[in-house]
Amino acid sequence: MSDDIIRISGLKKIYRVGDVDVPALRGVDLNVARGEFLAVVGPSGSGKSTLFHILGGLTPPSAGLIVIDGEDMTSMTDTQRTRLRRGKVGFVFQKYNLLPTLTAMDNILMARHFSGGDGLPLSDQFNELLRLLGIQHRLHHKPRALSGGEQQRVAIARALVNHPAILLADEPTGNLDTENSDRVLSVLRDLNEKLGQTILMITHNPEAAAYGHRTVTMRDGRLK
Amino acid sequence: MINRLVIENLKHRRLRTALSALSIGFQVTMILAVVGLSRGMLQDSKNRARGAGADIFVKPPAASAISLGGANMPEKMISAFFSQQPHVVRAAGSLIQPIGGISTVTGVEFDDFAVMSGIRFIDGGRFRDKFDVVIDEYYAEQNKKRVGDKVKFLNNDWRVTGIIEAGKLARIIAPLATLQELTSNTGKISQVLLKLDNPKATASVITTLKATPGLEGYSIYSVEEFVSMFSIDNVPGLKAFIYVIIGLSIIIGFLVVWLTMYTTVLERTREIGILKALGASPFDIINLLFRETLILALVGWAAGIGLSYAANATINGLVHASLQSVIVYDWWPTVMAIAVFASLLGAAWPGLRAAKQDAIEALAYE
Repeated sequence: MSDDIIRISGLKKIYRVGDVDVPALRGVDLNVARGEFLAVVGPSGSGKSTLFHILGGLTPPSAGLIVIDGEDMTSMTDTQRTRLRRGKVGFVFQKYNLLPTLTAMDNILMARHFSGGDGLPLSDQFNELLRLLGIQHRLHHKPRALSGGEQQRVAIARALVNHPAILLADEPTGNLDTENSDRVLSVLRDLNEKLGQTILMITHNPEAAAYGHRTVTMRDGRLK
Repeated sequence: MINRLVIENLKHRRLRTALSALSIGFQVTMILAVVGLSRGMLQDSKNRARGAGADIFVKPPAASAISLGGANMPEKMISAFFSQQPHVVRAAGSLIQPIGGISTVTGVEFDDFAVMSGIRFIDGGRFRDKFDVVIDEYYAEQNKKRVGDKVKFLNNDWRVTGIIEAGKLARIIAPLATLQELTSNTGKISQVLLKLDNPKATASVITTLKATPGLEGYSIYSVEEFVSMFSIDNVPGLKAFIYVIIGLSIIIGFLVVWLTMYTTVLERTREIGILKALGASPFDIINLLFRETLILALVGWAAGIGLSYAANATINGLVHASLQSVIVYDWWPTVMAIAVFASLLGAAWPGLRAAKQDAIEALAYE
């Protein structure tokens, strides 16, 4: 039996814009091994983000097969995809996307709340992760008091608090300077190497892509 | 965690939160003030009816127990009939005449009425001349009148000869004969008040009077029956008026919360996307907005109660002779339900809109 945590075959996504069908994915085939750090590169409009949104359960595919950690997403209902987001997937966005009114710790706990973990103590593994991220002393600050790099590291902690099967990082260094980019990428690599976290990362930056084990390129809705 | 997010969100927009809660508060105050005024004025009327000192009230046919005026009874019935009845120790007639708005002047034979009601003068004394009047302390205070001052009504100037303690049938008491003459009601009165030698005889006297030929159609009440008719149900249109105010309040509350939550949802589009990415279901999003709304409604309700105390103090302090207001504690749960209902109704559409918001579009929202 394959140890692929992600299996994608003939994946298509067509958006309806007015009366026009716009194909975003035209048949993607991709397997990702458990514990792999995969970089996805490609020009704007190539379908990278759409692929991530489908993997994250934010939108359903139009056709094809997609299996994450043994769960077939192909015909999932909205409710089933919501449940999948709670446990199997963690998101890291280019713009951090922290809730501005909550502290860093509350942002992390909010993700835990939706997975049903309210009130439970954080695991030793997660506390180790916080140390790895170097944000323990910043957890009680609100996002506006944190630097971009700190916010992104909090976002990574939030994405991993439920120990998801895969971490989806969409241009995680897109808003960061070189120093903070390196730090975030190093953290992602450490997470992958030390904790075995499966990571899919979208990036435009070849240097960032080099942090991954493998790089795939998307163009016109297909993998090259 | 959701509660913490709710509180932090409300704190984040303090001014909007305060204004929204205050708007709901005014809605609550509006209802409490109207009901409080209705109750207060009816209670004042009850107190004054009791203060007249009578055991029995007799009203002519077709007269409402709580009407503001009308004179359809012959005055001579007092001496020729009512005074002669067993147990009746004193019979006094009065003529009630509206003088604008809900204010009235009451004409009496002073001696009969004074003895029956036990009037106590705070200043001055009884009227002696044709255009003399006695006013109560509230009327004097509100209109800043003293003994010797003039008051004007029914196109005449009247001289204040005395100020009495409030709660004795009327605020303004004038000579019966003058009032009858000015209102073309010579020889007529609006009602008769009977004082008995023993209040326990009230029921038997009423039974006797009702069985008397010629008094068919007359309304004959014990004082307790009489004051029991001063209720919101018995004032024509009052209940409907209160319902209209409640309806308007619900509409105002609905619109305020609708607008607040609509702008909240627009402003937080991206955050809604984030929450969905974290695993929030549509129910979680509606739940979040409804909790915010519930807090706004409850804070608004508390503010409304506070404002109703202020309205109460203002009304009773400034225009106590014309309007009387009371705090209607028993309506607090009702207005809370109304505020919560109107608010949740207002939050429903923005909440559904947020719940149905596409997560990807929301995350891309700038």
